[in-house]
Amino acid sequence: MTETLWYAGRGTGVVSLVLLTIVVALGIGARSGRTAFGLPRFAVNMLHRNAALLALVLLAGHVGSLYFDPYAQLRLVDVVLPFTGAYRPFWLGLGTLGFDLILALVASSLLRHRLGARSWRIVHWLAYLCWPVALMHGLQTGSDGDSWWLRTVLALCAALVLAAVAWRLSSPFTQFPARVTRRVRALQETR
Amino acid sequence: MSHLHIDWTACDGRGLCAELLPELLAEDDWGYPVARHGKTQPTVPRHLEDVARRAVDRCPALALRLVNDPS
Amino acid sequence: MTNLLDGPADGRLDTHLDHHGRPPVLNAPQLVAQLRAAGLTGRGGAGFPTWRKVDAVLRAGGTPVVVANGAEGEPFSGKDRALLTYQPHLVLDGLQLAARALGARTAHLYTGPASADGVRAALTARRGTGLDPIPVTVTVAPDTFIAGEESAAVAAVSGRPAVPADKQRRITEAGVGGAPTLVQNVETLAQIALIARHGPDWFRSAGTPDEPGTFLATVSGAVVDPGVVEAGHGVRLGELIAAAGGPTAPLQAVLIGGYHGGWAPARRDLEISRAALAPLGASPGAGIVRALPANECGLVETARIAGYLAGEVAGQCGPCINGLPRLAGTMADLARQRARPGLPAEVARLAAMVTGRGACRHPDGTARMIISALRTFEADVAAHLAGRCLASASGGVRR
Repeated sequence: MTETLWYAGRGTGVVSLVLLTIVVALGIGARSGRTAFGLPRFAVNMLHRNAALLALVLLAGHVGSLYFDPYAQLRLVDVVLPFTGAYRPFWLGLGTLGFDLILALVASSLLRHRLGARSWRIVHWLAYLCWPVALMHGLQTGSDGDSWWLRTVLALCAALVLAAVAWRLSSPFTQFPARVTRRVRALQETR
Repeated sequence: MSHLHIDWTACDGRGLCAELLPELLAEDDWGYPVARHGKTQPTVPRHLEDVARRAVDRCPALALRLVNDPS
Repeated sequence: MTNLLDGPADGRLDTHLDHHGRPPVLNAPQLVAQLRAAGLTGRGGAGFPTWRKVDAVLRAGGTPVVVANGAEGEPFSGKDRALLTYQPHLVLDGLQLAARALGARTAHLYTGPASADGVRAALTARRGTGLDPIPVTVTVAPDTFIAGEESAAVAAVSGRPAVPADKQRRITEAGVGGAPTLVQNVETLAQIALIARHGPDWFRSAGTPDEPGTFLATVSGAVVDPGVVEAGHGVRLGELIAAAGGPTAPLQAVLIGGYHGGWAPARRDLEISRAALAPLGASPGAGIVRALPANECGLVETARIAGYLAGEVAGQCGPCINGLPRLAGTMADLARQRARPGLPAEVARLAAMVTGRGACRHPDGTARMIISALRTFEADVAAHLAGRCLASASGGVRR
């Protein structure tokens, strides 16, 4: 039983990290305003959202299984407050921090219409902090950090996000290169 | 009945709404949504209301609204 | 017939009171009833019935805010400035009348830099007279075309940049600070001050039965004595031109309603009213009449105005910030006889594309003015496509 929890904890952790990577890559890619892989933009948008929700579910499994796992010895406070754990507090804390950030990202996105575009966008910038935090947590916290397979997975994750950034920066921002971006003219008030 | 209201001060022309509602919206020369049938605030027929709601929900700029018309 | 420009034009309070007397105090139902009976419409350009707007603010409930709008971004208009310079107390009387009737606790006067000092002096003169029970805050409008748009005025008096806002909620329901807000052009408020004193029947003695009352017209262009004149709705174009000293040259066309208005042939008997101008795609708007002499090219002037309007885009709305420069550029090609097959059709397509697709009516007004030019200068459009210009052929200069 305890072995199961340990394996479940590690497995869900890795898979949710892969999913988060896909979410981040899709998010960065979607911002280019172009279509990719022949997918319409709304489909990319839905994929981004659904992968994020799935990642959250797996992350709940990751945290839950390790919370009940007698070896990990997680306390409730470790799940919420970062950098308070007994075991590798910094690297475990990164995981807690990432979890909190994801909760904020998902909650703000679900409440996007209430929050308004500006507040939502500010919170969403946290994704750029969340993903590297999760990556470092994955590399340094568990017992698999030295294994070739985990290193390969993490390297592929990093490569995917870097590729998305490169794609986003490589060519015109939209498929309408003649478009003038909206920007409110600075109006000089004469008083 | 209801109609689509576009907040032009928020619309970034990302194009999701025109993809989701090709019956009502097209893209203009610069990728901003434009009503296919003359009216600038297109009326949404009943059978498209669900997909219109999805377009409103998915608009990255929160620029789209479905407004109920008083009958 | 003159009402607004009647009496002393020195801007002084004592002469104003000698001539007009103190304004009466009306309650809300009285104000609405008088405005409805008078048939007063907004003089800022849109021509919306004033009583309806007042009524909408009343129905919204809560403590409303009243804004006098004297921001005149339109280059061919000078009537708001003239009114605020020569008759500021009529405007301030009207502002107080409306604010008191509505139960407002704050009132704003929003005006261009040229009139601000005069208005402040007028407000100072009224201190201690009991004429201004509701405090008036003066906000200076930036010198931009769209600064006078209703939601831009609301933004400006709220301390935000003077650019239009999305109108999901009406300003009469949620304007300044979220309060129901009545924004009225300064001329409209001055008319309210006169209607309250003399009654709706007196007001209706000028104008037409459908469009009663007088309006201020700014007549400019090829006229001897350009300036602001007052006339009843339905006045003939010839009379307005004569009031401005008559034409300096044979006239080809007039731009009525300003940069967002419409071109019409310069017929002496052309009636200046909404009803008569509607078939031409024009309207009196804010009372602007610009006379174009026969030897000036209407397409060149239209392209110049379109270029100016494209430069006055606030920058908030994608179709406008992209569409207006393209529309103006295409119009300029046509004006400069850079013949391309399909140029007029492209102008018409772009005009239709931008119409109705902005937070304010800036794209609509620009498109309407351009379309009216294609119609009014139809013969010249054909000539330009053939590499000629009728206006310059008549001895004019090519600019």
